[in-house]
Amino acid sequence: MINLAIKDIIHSFGKFLLTGVGLGLLVGITLIMAGVYRGMVDDGKVLLDNSRANLWVVQKETLGPYAESSTIPDDLYRSIGVVRGVKDVANVTYLTMQLQKDGKDVRAMVAGISSGEITQAGWPPYLIAGRHVAKGHYEAVADIATGFKIGDKIKIRRNHYEVVGLTHRHVSSSGDPIVYIPLKDAKEAQFLKDNEAILMDRRRVEANPVFKNSAVSAGVSSLLVENRAVNAILVNVEDGFNAQEIANEIRKWKSLTVYDKSEMEEILIGKLIATSAKQISMFLVILAVVSATIVAFIIYTLTMEKAREIAVLKLLGTRNRTIAWMILQQSLILGLIGFMIGKISAYFMADFFPKYVLLTNLDTFLLFLGVMTISIFSSLISINLALKIDPAEAIG
Amino acid sequence: MSGGIKIQELKKQFGEGDRAVLALKNVNMEVSPGEVVGLIGPSGSGKSTLLKCLGAVMEPTSGKMSINGEIIYDNKWLIKDLGALRRDKIGFIFQAPYLIPFLNAIDNVALLPMLAGKGKDYSRKIALNLLKELDVHHRAHALPSALSGGEQQRVAIARGLINRPPIILADEPTAPLDSQRALTVIKILNDMAKELKIAIIVVTHDEKIIPTFKRIYHIRDGITYEEKGEGKKIII
Repeated sequence: MINLAIKDIIHSFGKFLLTGVGLGLLVGITLIMAGVYRGMVDDGKVLLDNSRANLWVVQKETLGPYAESSTIPDDLYRSIGVVRGVKDVANVTYLTMQLQKDGKDVRAMVAGISSGEITQAGWPPYLIAGRHVAKGHYEAVADIATGFKIGDKIKIRRNHYEVVGLTHRHVSSSGDPIVYIPLKDAKEAQFLKDNEAILMDRRRVEANPVFKNSAVSAGVSSLLVENRAVNAILVNVEDGFNAQEIANEIRKWKSLTVYDKSEMEEILIGKLIATSAKQISMFLVILAVVSATIVAFIIYTLTMEKAREIAVLKLLGTRNRTIAWMILQQSLILGLIGFMIGKISAYFMADFFPKYVLLTNLDTFLLFLGVMTISIFSSLISINLALKIDPAEAIG
Repeated sequence: MSGGIKIQELKKQFGEGDRAVLALKNVNMEVSPGEVVGLIGPSGSGKSTLLKCLGAVMEPTSGKMSINGEIIYDNKWLIKDLGALRRDKIGFIFQAPYLIPFLNAIDNVALLPMLAGKGKDYSRKIALNLLKELDVHHRAHALPSALSGGEQQRVAIARGLINRPPIILADEPTAPLDSQRALTVIKILNDMAKELKIAIIVVTHDEKIIPTFKRIYHIRDGITYEEKGEGKKIII
C-alpha cells in the first residue's frame, strides 16, 4: 500500500518544513526552559558538592548560609572540631557582589576559605589551571565564568587580589561564579566598615554617657571594628560516623542550626528555587498548549485543504481507518520534525543563555513523548472532521 | 438480464411531512454489461440524487437495485460495507478528474487495487497496462498538476476502470474537454465497456456526445424515461 501521508508530505514539503521549524523553535524553547530548571538544580548541587562538607552549622533558626543570611561567632569551630566523629571543620563566609572586569560588571559570589589543607571543607576540590590560594592575603581562585585569567587583579572592596588559580562550574545557587579568597580578607570585605563609618561609631561611643570610662569606651570602639563573625561552619565527618547523629549532637549543646547535605539540598532546591520552578512549569504548560494549538491548527488546515480529495478517497472505497491513519501519521511526522529541529536548536541555543542550561536525556525523552502525545491529540480534531466528510461531496 | 445494473421503482424523499420533497419519484433503469447509456436531464431533475443513490453514497427511500444480478438494495441496503461495494463494484469518473494531487498518475490508478488488498507491484503493473491502453502511459510518473486536462481525464478513466467494476458511473466526463477529446473519451468508454463487459452510465449535458449513445434515459422531475436510437439529437 502506498503511504499516503508520506506522499502528501513530500508533495507539500515546504509547508511541512516551515511548520516543523516553527514548532521546532517552540520545542527548543521548551527544552531550554527545562534545561534552565535543571541548571538551577545543578547549580545548587555543585555548590554543595564543591563545598565538600557533610554538615553546615549556621545561625539558629536560619536557612543560612545560602538561602538566608547567617552570622555565627568565628571561634565556635574549635568546640565543634572536638566533637567525636568530626574530621575537620572550617569557617566560611559567602558574599554576593558586583566585581569589575574590564569596565563591565561581573556578578560573583566571594567565598572566604580558612587557611589550612587544600583537602579541607570550603576549598575548591579541583582547579583547571594555576594553583590554590597559598598566602594569607590578596590571592584569589576564580571561576572561569567570571572571565578572569591567571595573573588578573580583582578589586574586592578596597583591596586587589591576584588570580592564582581557575575553577570550572563553581557557582552559587543563583548561578553566579565563585571567587575564593582567604577567610580574613573575605570577613573584612563582608563585615568591615569604611573609615568614616568607624570614626562616626567611635564618636557616638565617646559621646555616650554610659561609657564614661575611657578604657571602656576604647574597648567598645575596638569591638565595633573587630570581625568576629562568619556565615557558617562547614563540617566534615569521619568515615564510619553518621552525619545526622553528629548534627544532633551539635544541636543538643549549641544554640545553632545544623543541616546535613540532604537537608541543605532541600533548602536550595525545594525552597530557594521553588518559585522559579513554578514559574518555569507555568511556561512549560503554556508552551505545551501553544505547541498543541499550532499542530492542531496546521493539521486541521491541511485536512480542510484535502476535503475534496478525502471525499474522493472515501467514494472510491478507502476505509476510514486508512484516512485516519494518514492524518495521524502526518501529525506524528510533523511532531517528529518539530522535535528534531527543537532538539538541534536547543543544543546550539543553550550556550547563548547567561544561566547554565543543563539538557538532560531524560528531559529530551520526556519532551519527545510529550510532543508525540500532543501530535496524537491534535490530530483527533482533524480525524473527526475527515471521518465526517460525506463521500457524496465528490459527486457534487 | 443477469449482469449490469437494474433499478426498479427507486424513490428518494428528503424531509418529512409538509417539508417532504420527492427528488426521485420513480426511477427504472437497466444497463447491460458492455453497454454505455446516457442519462440526461435539466437542472433539478434528480440526476445528482440518482447518481448518489447508484453510487451507494446516499440511501434511497425505497425501490430495488441490483448489480450483476446481486440485489444490493431492496428498500434497505443489503450490503453492510458500502465502501467495499463502491471499491469493488462501482467505478467513478467525475466531471473534473479529482485526481489525488500528491500521487502521480500511476499511483492514482494503482491506489484502488491497493485499497482492495492487492500488492503494490501488481497494482502498479495493471495500472500501467491500463494507462497504456488509454495512451497516457508516458505520463505515468507525472503528478496531476503536470498533466493536461485530457491526460488527467484519461487517468481518471483508468482509475474508474482499474478494479474491473461491473458498473461505471460517469458524471459529465467530457464537460471540460473540447469536441475532439470529448469524442475520444466516449470512444474509450465504449471500447472499455465492450472489452471488459462493463455497464456504463454517463450523465451528461454535452450535446457533442449525446448522439453517440444507443440508449438514453431522460430524467425529469424524478422520473426516468427511456429513448432508443443512435444519432438522435435531443434538446432538453
